[in-house]
Amino acid sequence: MIRFLIKGLLRDSHRSRLPLIVVAFGVMLTILLTTWITGILGDSINLNAKLATGHLKVITRAYQENMDQLPVDLALTGTSGLIKSLRTDFPAVSWVERIEFGGLLDLPDENNETKSQGPFAGIAIDMFNIDSGEKERLNLKKILVDGKLPSSSGELLVSSSFAQKLGIKIRDKVTFIGSTMFGEMAINNYTVAGTIRYGISSLDKGSIIMDISDARNALDMEDACNEILGFTGTDYYDDAKATEVMTSFNKKHLENKDQFAPVMLRLRDQNDLGTLIDLMNGVVGLISFIFILAMSVVLWNAALIGGLRRYGEVGLRLAIGEEKGHIYRSLIAESLIIGIAGSFLGTAVGLSISYLVQQKGIDLSKLMESATMIMPGVFRTKITPASWYIGFIPGILATVLGTALAGIGIYRRQTASLFKELQS
Amino acid sequence: MNKLIFIILSSIAIQASSQPSGKDILNLIDKNLNAKTRILTAKMIISGARESRTIEFNSWAEGEKKAYTEYTSPAREKGTKMLKMEDKLWIFSPSTDRIIQITGQMLRQSVMGSDLSYEDMMEDPALANHYNASVTAQDTADNRECWIVQLNALKEGEAYEVRKIWVDQERNIPLKEELYGKSGKLLKRTSLTDVQKIQGRWFPMKMIFKDMLRSGDGTQFIISSIKLDETISPDVFSKASLK
Repeated sequence: MIRFLIKGLLRDSHRSRLPLIVVAFGVMLTILLTTWITGILGDSINLNAKLATGHLKVITRAYQENMDQLPVDLALTGTSGLIKSLRTDFPAVSWVERIEFGGLLDLPDENNETKSQGPFAGIAIDMFNIDSGEKERLNLKKILVDGKLPSSSGELLVSSSFAQKLGIKIRDKVTFIGSTMFGEMAINNYTVAGTIRYGISSLDKGSIIMDISDARNALDMEDACNEILGFTGTDYYDDAKATEVMTSFNKKHLENKDQFAPVMLRLRDQNDLGTLIDLMNGVVGLISFIFILAMSVVLWNAALIGGLRRYGEVGLRLAIGEEKGHIYRSLIAESLIIGIAGSFLGTAVGLSISYLVQQKGIDLSKLMESATMIMPGVFRTKITPASWYIGFIPGILATVLGTALAGIGIYRRQTASLFKELQS
Repeated sequence: MNKLIFIILSSIAIQASSQPSGKDILNLIDKNLNAKTRILTAKMIISGARESRTIEFNSWAEGEKKAYTEYTSPAREKGTKMLKMEDKLWIFSPSTDRIIQITGQMLRQSVMGSDLSYEDMMEDPALANHYNASVTAQDTADNRECWIVQLNALKEGEAYEVRKIWVDQERNIPLKEELYGKSGKLLKRTSLTDVQKIQGRWFPMKMIFKDMLRSGDGTQFIISSIKLDETISPDVFSKASLK
């Protein structure tokens, strides 16, 4: 029976060509859209995690209220003990100390007076400890544009656009001006070891990276840091796992009402990333739903046109005694074959294009120059296991649904008037 | 009836004639506070979120355009010097041996972690040049009868859009000030106490600044000694004096 139907579809290409093209195109579009959205949002979430939020973050209660100001005066203290207990209680999570701070970077002239200066956002990481994995996490080797990574105390990295703006060259002495944890003025000299380019406009405009020991020294933060970040094993954020760790930690510190008591946040609790995660999950379902709806309408119409063309054929089949249900089922079976073939074709093309964009990426950094959010400059698609069936199932469903709706007309044909219809 | 109306109108007229205009009050404040030169020794007690700190310094000022400050304690700040010349501000840091000019966004930062910003320090004290003043009410502050003078910025871009000053009616000295942003939000509050007569002028020896957007109890600015109209060598107000 199936072989018979396939032969019919192949010999009468009018019956299969249009629905096949429509299904393949729709499936391809669905895959491209979902992989594009998953890629962009996933990359943004991943970038945010590595640079700012971690999958989990421990801060003080007071810091939480003013987190956007990165206040070093509300930092955690006694962090060596805290991080030790975190590593014991949650060994599956990788914990690192970070200091995020702001200030002014000043480049001196030959008289040691201000030549140029600009505000920056700084990240201090555990750079000299190989076990911390921070160099790899921030991809420092890859984003290094010029010079080298800091190898000793007193060296720092400056974002290339910022360095260019201030006229900073490699090995230049620069002065950091800011405030210590206790509100005193912090002024320290550093040597620029290298320049970096994140490809993220908001960071490239003005940022520095230094080792946490240098930041502690400058900001008077002995055994203190303003953030402890936790990273679960995988690159991608696991909300359920993060929730479990956060609940357990916060329960332990619930009784401590001090403003400097530690509190844990998940990635989704920071920088509006919760909305982004929900959007990413919701939008994929929405695209599939819209696709099924739109394709069903298109294929319904295609099947109606096909039905008109095959009006005589169906009438003849009814006249020679074929049951209405049998004809209806055979049309559905035909649509199923078209659906499978179209979905297969669409999935193959869609995944191929997605793979290409995933590997090569599309550079939109010029358009992102004024962006303040942490967003990648090069946009890439992301093929996930779901990408393999996200278009396939709706493709088949839409074809069958369209044919099922159009085929209802068969049941409206009156057997008594068939011969009259055929004669005319 | 006519008598009653006459009494009311007369009292309004008497009050109107005895109430100076906002501009007059600002001129009286300037006349009282602004000496040709000022040499003072003072300390700032800064109440931070974690602890309280005391910073001591000596300061020399000539008119409103030139000022030189040298920090004497604590050890971390000792030797730090600041020079204000016209609309420019430099800091010398002994630990880095650098003279750094403070400009742009840095001017909005806190001075030594206090509730005062560099912008506050750089401000032209002749408020009449920047604000339109009007007397809005009478009130008491520090148990003294005060005029409430409201100042509205003459042009956009002023650090504070509206200022309310409680001015001692007798001594022509501000006892309290509230600074508001463009949105109408209260940004800073200052109270001036321990008013003493110094060389014929009324002068507040203690000021409490509170940045309403910061945690902590504010910054106390206490003057331990002050000399007015003394001669200051011009060399003090040069970049050479920073090193």
